[in-house]
Amino acid sequence: MTAVLELVDVRKAYGDKVVLADIDLSVDKHDVVCLIGSSGSGKSTLLRCLNLLEQVDDGVIRFGGEEISDPRVDPRSVRRRIGMVFQSYNLFPHLSVLDNCVLAPVRVHGVRPAEAAERARELLARFGLSDQADKHPDRLSGGQQQRAALVRALCTRPELLLLDEITAALDPELVGDVLTIVRDLAEAGTTMVLATHEMGFAREVATKVCFLDAGRILEQGPPSELLVAPREERTRQFLRRVLPPLG
Amino acid sequence: MTQGWLPSERELERRDVRRRQRARQALIAAVVTVVVFTLVGLAVVSSPGWPRVHETFFDGFHARQSFSAILDGFWVNVRLFLLCEPVILVLGLAVALARTARSPWLLPLRLVAVGYTDVFRGIPTILLVVLLAFGMPALRLQGVPNSALFWSGVALVLSYGAYVAEVFRAGIDSIHPSQVQSASALGLSRGQAMRFVVVPQAVRRVVPPLLNDFVSLQKDTALVAAAGVFDAVFAARDYGNFNFNYTPLVVVAGFFVLMTVPLARFCDWLQRRWMERERAGAI
Repeated sequence: MTAVLELVDVRKAYGDKVVLADIDLSVDKHDVVCLIGSSGSGKSTLLRCLNLLEQVDDGVIRFGGEEISDPRVDPRSVRRRIGMVFQSYNLFPHLSVLDNCVLAPVRVHGVRPAEAAERARELLARFGLSDQADKHPDRLSGGQQQRAALVRALCTRPELLLLDEITAALDPELVGDVLTIVRDLAEAGTTMVLATHEMGFAREVATKVCFLDAGRILEQGPPSELLVAPREERTRQFLRRVLPPLG
Repeated sequence: MTQGWLPSERELERRDVRRRQRARQALIAAVVTVVVFTLVGLAVVSSPGWPRVHETFFDGFHARQSFSAILDGFWVNVRLFLLCEPVILVLGLAVALARTARSPWLLPLRLVAVGYTDVFRGIPTILLVVLLAFGMPALRLQGVPNSALFWSGVALVLSYGAYVAEVFRAGIDSIHPSQVQSASALGLSRGQAMRFVVVPQAVRRVVPPLLNDFVSLQKDTALVAAAGVFDAVFAARDYGNFNFNYTPLVVVAGFFVLMTVPLARFCDWLQRRWMERERAGAI
């Protein structure tokens, strides 16, 4: 089986500052890959490179077997197959929740508006947002907004979902709501790459965890290994600081 | 690891492709531009009435003859614009702030501000110029100038002040309430929140529409010709009526374009600077 996503030796620098180096990563279908590491370790930049919001400075990214780091590839043809959710929701404030969700299916994928709206309402209902569909995003709580953002990303039936610290701006009570949804998606076989600070969640749903430090993947492996018995001292140090002591 | 890294062959190849893509785009841009402008030029010059138009509107002799009179007149337009613009900015911002004031003591001021924008945006500027330039001197007020130039300047200020006030108000309204809230949370008064938080952001946002209004003002200084002030347009019409040639009008048009372009470039530069400073690295 070919990997959905494959990164070889990816490098990204802003001027002299190297933010990603020697990144090797392979994501198979139905994989849930969690990127962990402290702020500024390159998690967000890596995600943004994956859907070509950032141009890599070296290395190769393949998506579905095709090299997407080639400048001749149209970034839009890649992005329409990848969903992304941001830490700060980034819903469009001038559109209702439903209109946020049908925008891309209708304008980018050419789905009939009625059909797109039907699917969006169905997803919104599944995520407990039926009542909010016709409201504008600013009327919703943070947790509702982030769930709406997830629905917006799912409406285009992406082959790969990128989640960038989607619970970091939420209060602890609402984190659970959003993570439950992501867990459901994982169980349904959605291929995901996500940056997260929720170690408990990573342990539960990840098929692979990558620890990033100073722009490098210092260590990667199944959560049962990496989160329990990490190889590197730096990983242990990081985990001691973020993991609650196991009871 | 910055020293140890050399671009891989694949990366060098990609850079090569990107270079070729850029070169191709530059070539397309150059060819399209040349072709379009050549075609437009040919269409104009080959039209049947072109020789006649050329003689009446683009005559070198008349352009030179009228030049110095137009230049003198244009100086009136420039001074009028330079004096009116700062007054309009201050008046417009003051009216906008008066309209957003919430204190009960300031209700009369709010009413005046609302009435002012309603009335003066409604009156055509040329009417205002004529009314003030001919009407006010007739009052023989003591202590203020009685020239038509002064009162047509006042008319421009009143008319444009009302437009600019609305632009400022739109800018102030567009700043998210959370900004006022976080300013209040820091202990700033409403006035301070306006002055240090809201207005600076609002002003940045409204620079493009303000520029629009000022370009418009620069052109509308020509309306003082209706009140008999000897500005560039009046001088050109004077010359044209005497010599049966309209070339001076085209010369005046050229003058106005030359005046507006630097202002447009200045605003572009200002906006870019703000953007670079505040949006660096934002998603």
